[in-house]
Amino acid sequence: MATLALWILLSPLLAALITALAGSRLGRRCTHVLTIAGVAVSCILSFWILLRVLVGAHLDAPLYTWMVSGGIPFQIGFLIDPLSALLALVVTFVSLAVHIYSIGYMADDPGEIRFFGYISLFTFAMLLLVLANNFLQLFIGWEGVGLVSYLLIGFWFEKPTATAAALKAFVVNRIGDLGFILGIAMVLHYTGSLTYASVFARVPALAGRTVGLGFGWRVPVLTLMGLLLFVGAMGKSAQIPLHVWLPDSMEGPTPISALIHAATMVTAGVYLVARLSPLYIHAPDALGVILVIGSLTAFFMGILGVVATDIKRVIAYSTLSQLGYMMAGLGASAFAAGIFHLVTHAFFKALLFLAAGSVIIAMHHEQDMRKMGGLRKYLPVTYVTFLVGSLALVAFPGFSGYFSKDALIDAVGQSPIPGAAFAYTLLLLSVFVTALYTFRMLFLVFHGPERMGEGIRAHLHESSWVVTLPLVMLAVPALAVGWILFHPLLGGSFFGSSLATPVGINPLASFAHLSPWRFFLAAWDAPSFYLMLAGLGVAAYGYLWRPEWPARLAARIHPLYRLLVQGYYFDAFYLRLGAPGSVRLGRSLWKWGDERAIDGLGVNGTASRIGWLGALVRRFQTGFLYQYAFTMVAALVVLVSWALVRY
Amino acid sequence: MITLNDYLILGAILFALGVMGLFINRKNLVVLLMCVELILLAVNINFVAFSRYLMNREGQVFVFFVLTVAAAESAIGLALLVVVFRHRQSINVQDLNQLKG
Repeated sequence: MATLALWILLSPLLAALITALAGSRLGRRCTHVLTIAGVAVSCILSFWILLRVLVGAHLDAPLYTWMVSGGIPFQIGFLIDPLSALLALVVTFVSLAVHIYSIGYMADDPGEIRFFGYISLFTFAMLLLVLANNFLQLFIGWEGVGLVSYLLIGFWFEKPTATAAALKAFVVNRIGDLGFILGIAMVLHYTGSLTYASVFARVPALAGRTVGLGFGWRVPVLTLMGLLLFVGAMGKSAQIPLHVWLPDSMEGPTPISALIHAATMVTAGVYLVARLSPLYIHAPDALGVILVIGSLTAFFMGILGVVATDIKRVIAYSTLSQLGYMMAGLGASAFAAGIFHLVTHAFFKALLFLAAGSVIIAMHHEQDMRKMGGLRKYLPVTYVTFLVGSLALVAFPGFSGYFSKDALIDAVGQSPIPGAAFAYTLLLLSVFVTALYTFRMLFLVFHGPERMGEGIRAHLHESSWVVTLPLVMLAVPALAVGWILFHPLLGGSFFGSSLATPVGINPLASFAHLSPWRFFLAAWDAPSFYLMLAGLGVAAYGYLWRPEWPARLAARIHPLYRLLVQGYYFDAFYLRLGAPGSVRLGRSLWKWGDERAIDGLGVNGTASRIGWLGALVRRFQTGFLYQYAFTMVAALVVLVSWALVRY
Repeated sequence: MITLNDYLILGAILFALGVMGLFINRKNLVVLLMCVELILLAVNINFVAFSRYLMNREGQVFVFFVLTVAAAESAIGLALLVVVFRHRQSINVQDLNQLKG
């Protein structure tokens, strides 16, 4: 099984390497076949491994020791349990769909071959992260996906906005990674190991220990550890206040937004918290922070989706909001619900992005929804799949999003973690907001009057099969995966010991004997269903029946509207406060630390001191024999008289 | 009676003359060579004086060696002097500062 797991990793890596080294010689066709074959092999093997895991297979073994330093081995190894096997399948499946889709989307792009190399490399890094059995390998994969994300956001590097967005994503993620690496260091310090299994074995002994932060302030070790690791998750999963990079990451090509910035990479933070659940259950305060931050993200980022006009940005804000849901679920210690939502979200959000990409292709790379409308006639397949994705996103009963999201909200409502009532309220309100922005987008793009120019309208047609096939490929799980996974994930024992369940408080207890059908029928009793219908109603009123109404409302509450359009001024705040300080710090380190100290004193200083000494000594070398002779005799006299005095 | 002391004083005076000549003379390279000879001769006088005083012949053997080396040295020195003169049309010590750093 270790060999199988190794090949899951190696096949996309090999495809990426061959593409990188010989891509331009192989040509487009060959690159497509190669990278898709790499990911397909990975996907099939992941499926096979998931089947093996279902019958009880388990693997937790180091594969290769990189080095031993200070008695601590740094290893590459695999942990294959239900959690990682499920995630690996989701990653490879979505990646496969995106690979196929990219043939259509990236056709005619000069960087097409480079693009395929990047996404294969991304798949490798993401799998490295998911299949890791220790923190170090997790971190390598974590940085790997961050790097590829940077490269792909800035894929169209001739666009200044794209390079700025790439840089922003990279810098914001570095802030998160600082917390993450501090957390890893703390884990290593307190448990003396980086392997999950041995760390988790030693965690209970740490409960109750505190660490001083200076000024007599002491906090529990596990809480601080959990919070530091969560800072890393906040950066990667774009939680408030480190969310600012995700909306801008939409500068990248749409398949990337689907794969990296919706389905897989941004959920790495969610995966991290779930993976470390045996640690977090001993740190309820950290869970409370995760719960509150997650629910704040879910609500406030969702609202931003209502005012965005770029189709991809709406979906990006919705991703932020859904990531907030997942985090809130984890914070409520309903780890299975968070992972369930991660899985369903991966399918329906990738579907939405790819469908949006199909719209963008049809509109000749126009992304402003105010210039679309009535597209359902022209793009029937895209419309139907987009509708499926939207209904899943708003948690319409029967669609996958309903099972995961309503279960998650329910679990948060039953959680005894402090702050759960607050989070529950926010998450319920977010249901309304989600429905509002999703149906607004749907109505603006596919219904209503056709607002595009005559030139574009004349050329509107459905995309080719390479684009629609992945849409259908993803629409099927977006419909079905909720029915299939609901019972095993939430009620059954699918996760086994890979996710911890807190002793005493189990917010998922009520799902233990619930069939999906009963849960489906329970929709009529849940407040979230009616909030969703209310969102649908408002969107229909504002964007189908009375299209002039939203603009009037925006004018009426203009300051609030501006606040939303500016994204609560987070960017302005960072630019005003955070960025100048760090730029000044960097500049002073450059001017003083580098130019003055290292260059001035160290490198050039040594040289100039030696030159100065040489200039001094040169005075004695006059070239006159009689002076040399005099010096010799004088020195002789001095030495002899010194010897005489001495002895 | 001429004692060892007298010889040593003579040697010291000759040595001092030679050394003074080395760095007071700034005009003539030939005088410089002569001063070197003078220093060597001062040393020779000391050798002979001690040899006689200690009744030991080895000191006198050394004098022969020193004289031979001194002869060879002045031959080379004069040859160099001729080359320097041909090259620079001068044997003025003050002009010979090509090795200045």
